[in-house]
Amino acid sequence: MANIPTLTFDAVIVGGGGAGMRASLQLAQEGLKVAVLTKVFPTRSHTVAAQGGIGASLGNMNDDNWHYHFFDTVKGSDWLGDQDAIEFMCREAPKVVYELEHMGMPFDRNPDGTIYQRPFGGHTSNYGEAPVQRACAAADRTGHALLHTLYQNNLRAGTQFFVEWIALDLIRDADGDVLGVVGMFLETGELAVFQAKATLFATGGAGRIYAASTNAYINTGDGLGMAARAGIPLQDMEFWQFHPTGVAGAGVLLTEGCRGEGAVLRNSKGERFMERYAPNLKDLAPRDFVSRSMDQEIKEGRGCGPNADYILLDMTHLGEAEIMKRLPSVHEIGLNFANVDCTQEPIPVVPTIHYQMGGIPTNIHGQVVAPKDGNPNAVVNGFYAIGECSCVSVHGANRLGTNSLLDLIVFGKAAGEHIVEQVRKSPAAHKSLPADAMDKTLARLSRLDNSKSGEYAQDIANDIRTTMQAHAGVFRTQKIMDEGVTKILELDKRVPHIHLKDNSQVFNTARIEALEVENLIEAAKATMLSAAARKESRGAHAHNDCPERDDENWMKHTLWFKDGNRLDYKPVQMKPLTVDSIPPKKRTF
Amino acid sequence: MTDVRTIEVYRYDPAKDEAPYMQTYTLELDGSERMLLDALIKLKKQDETLSFRRSCREGICGSDGMNVNGKNGLACLLNLNHLPKRIVIRPLPGLPVIRDLVVDMSMFYKQYEKIKPYLINDTPAPAKERLQSPEEREKLDGLYECILCACCSTSCPSFWWNPDRFIGPSGLLQAYRFLIDSRDQATEERLANLDDPFSVFRCHGIQNCVAVCPKGLNPTKAIGHIRNMLLRRAT
Amino acid sequence: MAVTAVTNLGRNGLSDWLVQRISAVILLAYSVFIVGYLVYNPDVTYAEWKDLMSLTCIKIFSLAAVMSLVAHGWIGMWGIATDYLTDRLMGPKGSVLRWLFLLGCAAFCFVYLFWGIQILWGN
Repeated sequence: MANIPTLTFDAVIVGGGGAGMRASLQLAQEGLKVAVLTKVFPTRSHTVAAQGGIGASLGNMNDDNWHYHFFDTVKGSDWLGDQDAIEFMCREAPKVVYELEHMGMPFDRNPDGTIYQRPFGGHTSNYGEAPVQRACAAADRTGHALLHTLYQNNLRAGTQFFVEWIALDLIRDADGDVLGVVGMFLETGELAVFQAKATLFATGGAGRIYAASTNAYINTGDGLGMAARAGIPLQDMEFWQFHPTGVAGAGVLLTEGCRGEGAVLRNSKGERFMERYAPNLKDLAPRDFVSRSMDQEIKEGRGCGPNADYILLDMTHLGEAEIMKRLPSVHEIGLNFANVDCTQEPIPVVPTIHYQMGGIPTNIHGQVVAPKDGNPNAVVNGFYAIGECSCVSVHGANRLGTNSLLDLIVFGKAAGEHIVEQVRKSPAAHKSLPADAMDKTLARLSRLDNSKSGEYAQDIANDIRTTMQAHAGVFRTQKIMDEGVTKILELDKRVPHIHLKDNSQVFNTARIEALEVENLIEAAKATMLSAAARKESRGAHAHNDCPERDDENWMKHTLWFKDGNRLDYKPVQMKPLTVDSIPPKKRTF
Repeated sequence: MTDVRTIEVYRYDPAKDEAPYMQTYTLELDGSERMLLDALIKLKKQDETLSFRRSCREGICGSDGMNVNGKNGLACLLNLNHLPKRIVIRPLPGLPVIRDLVVDMSMFYKQYEKIKPYLINDTPAPAKERLQSPEEREKLDGLYECILCACCSTSCPSFWWNPDRFIGPSGLLQAYRFLIDSRDQATEERLANLDDPFSVFRCHGIQNCVAVCPKGLNPTKAIGHIRNMLLRRAT
Repeated sequence: MAVTAVTNLGRNGLSDWLVQRISAVILLAYSVFIVGYLVYNPDVTYAEWKDLMSLTCIKIFSLAAVMSLVAHGWIGMWGIATDYLTDRLMGPKGSVLRWLFLLGCAAFCFVYLFWGIQILWGN
């Protein structure tokens, strides 16, 4: 450990995506010494792939206000979302979107010069009455526009980036306080301790635990793995969103903005079947609802194609000009990944894993919370989490489209502000690091570097993915899930036997991929065990043996602990900050 | 019929190789691979030591720029059906190689940073959005979509010779993106920073950048616009 | 932040660029004129040619062409030198080579210009 340097900061942020860079911007502008560790160059983070929009009740197109947004989000979450956090997010939304605009984000515009907003799934006015245009869009490249704008503003603010540094483990002391992370530089393989008064995880989701995913290869749940290994529970991991329109076979996302702009889903008979399932919102019902309806159509034999296993997304009636103006990337993706010119033909789509609703439990300041001495939400000192890796929980059992980008920005800013306040209050000196801070990490690395035989990391990763796809997919029965638990626990035993054939210290991507498997398996275990235990259907968790929502027994958050694979539960926060609670109702659209 | 490809890859690990070399692999495709990136990932299973960058696999993150059969492109957007039996893959030209297909992009990023790639408008922000007409916004189309993959700049001879002084097509595309943004107020400052013999004027209109851009953008056209702005400013 | 260089002609990019374009137009016009004259007067004698070249307006035109060639040549050679003869490509000897090369070019340009003036305005 003698030759491993310790770098000291006010705050260290792990992850340079939308959430991490919104937080780092806040910190850098306030003059704090902040380091952002990011395993890819910041603009390559997966936020860049978000397409449709960022939700905010600006009311540029129709009558809208944050109360409607709040209602939609609570209902969308199938009443598993915490209403205090949802209120906070929906109220802050217009402000943070305007701030993005002021930073230079190239939103599309209306003739009066205001930000263009498009319809999206589950966005309604007047508490579910009719669709409303709430998704603030930059063509179908909203995530790209947002991420680049944030990176640009971080350059201006002088944020210090550690590009292609991957965080390996969290450092916690005997009091349970988080004191920083251990990181590794891909280019040279060198290690360093990043010591900080606040450690913020913005590491994104673990979408790569599934075989068919819209997610980037980098979305391996690194933050979840690090948190789990450090004894932090993971919350609501059974809830994974299937996006209705992933390109069949390729998995690449086609934004819900397609349907927002007027595209419709058709079955083999050419029928616009969503009219049957959701007479009011039709194709713009929330994603869990649409995905299940598509699944139902396929199961009942009305799927399209030679194997009747996909649905068609039809936008031919929109006309070429409109498609090229509002959905240029969708057109590009259709050509590249489906051999289809979507101005002429419909695109084959299937529900595809897209978003992790669960994650590291936090409060609305981004502070990580875990049960302690009877308090289910005791703050873990010095530790923050935001974005997809966190669970605050604004998305509950099902996220509404465009609330993910909003989540990044609202809680990125909130966490940034809270960290500034905390750091200014804290004593000048950093808490000293425990003597064994590096031990576990070094042991893991040396086991990998010195392995003489064993399995190829990606074989195990692929087995995790096929297992999760088969046993924690859109169709879940108790038997399927119980088998999944057994299989995942068997896979867990194989992970320590990964053999690394590449021993170079220089840009060793095989080593990084092997280390990522150790994070994937934690996310997979959390998902599988949490899912098998939840005996109801809620949001994205559709349990075939328990098809109804059971508010009496199951309106509660799951907490999974790595140690002993233990599950615990905590109540949903039904009380908003200032308004009346929205009581649970049956979800129809 | 089995689809067998010969893939030649530039290999170099400074820790153990004295000099770079080309390694030839034979790869059997089973039809599940669509893009070159899929083939590379399959190849990595054969040989774990092969290093390359990749992330989104849909052409939006810009990680997997490389030189394929002499032309720069993103591996995730190069359809295997459109590639020949023999595929030669090299790192992006003109930048130092870290290892195999991974290049050191610092100089490329430095040029991007030089053009102050952020909106400068120091008037107090309104309570709502700054207004911009659809026509003004349309001027940003074809500019803001850049993914910083460096395919253009590393195919530009002028950038090869002067990567430290010529901004390069990517950076200049972004320079124009801010010059033309109706909300930006630093036009004079931006132009003053570009009016030297290297930053802009090393562009000789070769248009390699246009030929390789995986997003179909046209840096040469943007550079022409910058030149016209400089001309108008000086006369 | 702008990149500076003491050896380029106009000390900024725009003027070099402009000079190169204008000089190119002058050279083109001069070439067209000379070629055109020779095509229409295929049997031109030395006396006729000398008379033509003695006209003041043609003298000015010729001088402009000579100066354009010098300017155009210098900018082009400077561009080539700063592309290929650099420390980046060839180590510290790059700068030495570049200066020698540019010195040679400068001498050449100067001699050419001086000689041209002498031919046009001398006896």
